[in-house]
Amino acid sequence: MRHAIAALTILAAPASADAAELIVYSPDYFASEWGPGPKIEEGFEAICACDLKFVTGDVLPRLLLEGDRTEADVVIGLNSDVTKRARESGLFTPHGQDLSGLTMPVNWSDDIFLPFNWSQTAFVYDGTRLENPPGSFQELLDAPDDLKIVIQDPRSSISGLALLLWVKSVFGDESEDAWRKLRPKVLTVTPGWSESYGLFTDGEADMVLSYTTSPAYHIGAEQDASKRAIIFPEGHYFMVELAAQLKGTDQPELAQSFLDYVVSEDFQSMIAEANWSYPANLPRDMLPAYFAALPRPEKTLFLDEDAAEAARRPALDEWLSVFAE
Amino acid sequence: MAQRLRGINPVGPLAAILLIVLVLGTLGAVALHAGGLSGLNSWDWRAVWFTIWQAVVSATVSVLLAVPVARALARRSFPGRHVLITLLGAPFILPVIVAIMGLVSVFGRSGAVNEALSALGLPPVSIYGWQGVILAHVFFNLPLSVRMILHGWQAIPSERFRLAQSLGFNPVDIARHLERPMLREIAPGAWLAVFLVCLTSFAVALALGGGPKATTVELAIYQAFRFDFDMGKAAALGLIQVGLCLVALLLSSRVTIMAGFGTGMGRGTLITAPRGWYLWTDLLAILLAAAFLLVPMVSVILQGAPSIATLPATVWSAALRSIVMALISTGATLVLALALSLAVAQGQRWIEAAGMLPIVASPLVLGTGLYLMLRGLASPTQLALPVTVGINAAMALPFALRIMIPAARSLHADYGRLAASLGMTGLARLRLLTLPRLARPIGFAGGLAAALAMGDLGVITLFADSENATLPLRLYQLMNSYRMADAAACAVLLMAISFALFWLFDRGGRLNAEI
Repeated sequence: MRHAIAALTILAAPASADAAELIVYSPDYFASEWGPGPKIEEGFEAICACDLKFVTGDVLPRLLLEGDRTEADVVIGLNSDVTKRARESGLFTPHGQDLSGLTMPVNWSDDIFLPFNWSQTAFVYDGTRLENPPGSFQELLDAPDDLKIVIQDPRSSISGLALLLWVKSVFGDESEDAWRKLRPKVLTVTPGWSESYGLFTDGEADMVLSYTTSPAYHIGAEQDASKRAIIFPEGHYFMVELAAQLKGTDQPELAQSFLDYVVSEDFQSMIAEANWSYPANLPRDMLPAYFAALPRPEKTLFLDEDAAEAARRPALDEWLSVFAE
Repeated sequence: MAQRLRGINPVGPLAAILLIVLVLGTLGAVALHAGGLSGLNSWDWRAVWFTIWQAVVSATVSVLLAVPVARALARRSFPGRHVLITLLGAPFILPVIVAIMGLVSVFGRSGAVNEALSALGLPPVSIYGWQGVILAHVFFNLPLSVRMILHGWQAIPSERFRLAQSLGFNPVDIARHLERPMLREIAPGAWLAVFLVCLTSFAVALALGGGPKATTVELAIYQAFRFDFDMGKAAALGLIQVGLCLVALLLSSRVTIMAGFGTGMGRGTLITAPRGWYLWTDLLAILLAAAFLLVPMVSVILQGAPSIATLPATVWSAALRSIVMALISTGATLVLALALSLAVAQGQRWIEAAGMLPIVASPLVLGTGLYLMLRGLASPTQLALPVTVGINAAMALPFALRIMIPAARSLHADYGRLAASLGMTGLARLRLLTLPRLARPIGFAGGLAAALAMGDLGVITLFADSENATLPLRLYQLMNSYRMADAAACAVLLMAISFALFWLFDRGGRLNAEI
């Protein structure tokens, strides 16, 4: 077995020289070759004289397991739905950034969690396959049951959880009825976003629960303008991804300058086409033209972490009871 | 006492203890971290019931469908029979995500089956819901049951069939006197094997589940871990999984399962097959099974093949890394399986149960437990690849044991006394007797282990390493960044490598089996 481990370490990429190391925890998609991670690493290492190292996995569960012993200096890619739990862990320290210029549709004044990109939940459809998509959430509920959508499971997916909060924000006390109307149109509930999206692009479903920025990928990378997000007048649920500095970091200056970098123009201008979402600190006119031209909702819905945490359990129980009937 | 102990090799028991520590120790570590087990709510219990229910149904359907297919394959000879038997085993080694892609393209809303039905003016069939989970499980496990039952057929001595012929038995008499008693002996074992596999169903199969009605224990564990941060509940659910499987194991421990799952099964005289409409039903059984198992795979190939040439270099390097890792973990699986099966053959039954434990372990609990146990030793990123290899080696072990134990038993019964009287022990015995005699099951078990390791995602939630990703992880990364066409190509590559590894080992085992 020892030989095996030696053989495996040869397979791993060589570590760079003894520069100061900044360890950044992130979700796997973020640091993958097709995510923003590699560009960010390159950009930051050009100015920091350090070695930025992404450590990927389930960020928050891992931090909670590690507690004070964590190696992480910074985390990036936390979602606003889990910040309450993250804050209560007491592992984080204020980011010290000026939030007054943020380009987001909601006011953000959190001194611990720093937003770097955002999007909104939306149903995405293919114009070549669906000619008359429903024009509002209510129309979607009232649509014939042969209109098929795929959604994600709120118990295992962030976007699935966002749908629960979205429905709660739009329909309030009527949410159970809304679910009951939506249920026959739900082709299947997948554990994660990628399985859903794959079913949609395979032509299995007419619409998929995704983001208002999803069509940008098809336009920008595939020159295909047929995939569109429907904009509902009832509003769309806001989702934001955050970075934060660990209290116990052994590289406080480096961690601080990384957070400076996160809201810098260099970093922010990569986000659109590297993460297919809106940068949190970049004016709209600095986006690629097609990206800036994406339709945006008039109305943004968002529950702060206390409200989201309070709503989560009852909303989940409601959803479960309707879908398990 | 010393005399008795000398015959017993300590390697087997040690390996068994290692496995018990791996499966139950990790569970304990998670529970300890949580400060105990938490109670389950009504949804968790529903998940437990659904898991049991779908495993029972999947196993029953798999075995019932396998009987006519196995009978047809056993009593008919035709060109390409061996190749077909090998190919029919392929779905069992497919990565889950790839299998789902294939099933959807055939049975999905816009799949071939529904296109044909609507052309005929018939209502569509839906694969979303509990029936989708069952369909996926039957797709995975029908090959396993066919092989096991086929072996049962071929284990009926051909002399019996000759005697039956001379007595003028018709097919009904043969079924009553020969085939049904054999099935009574073999089918329960096959059923239990499939039941065990389905009990720890992978979350991906849930993509077809339709919603919360089809929640398995594995998803409940994921939820407890990922969203509720309730390690105590994750451990409690993991314990339930282990408990369910141990009960099933106790039931199955009296049944000998699987030998020579490989292709070289056409030895001995072929059973004289009845003619007339029996021929047509056999043909139909073989054709239907081949269509059900092979068309989804062909469809995955057709979808993904066009983009293979343009796959990025990192996919190829991940493929290489995965191959090396699969080979290392296969080596470990085979060493462990050999030690354990020889010990079981010498009569240590408890070792068999220990060897089956990994089949019941939740990968998530296993990963978290290992993480908690190892965190003082090295950083999880450094451990990502070794841990993935180790877990893959353990996960493939139950299947390897199922294949090797019967062979080891007959080896012990046939040659044990001769070897003892010659004083043949240690390496000489291994080189001259054990390895040549067991080459075939070792080759087959190795093929299975390599393919399973190739397709496994590993425990990425805590031990991920993006820079040194395995091929299945690259596949998910592609899917997560909208690149569905590349992901389809990556799936073809993964499938091709898995099958090639399987074939090489299986073939290698047969090449050396000259005795």
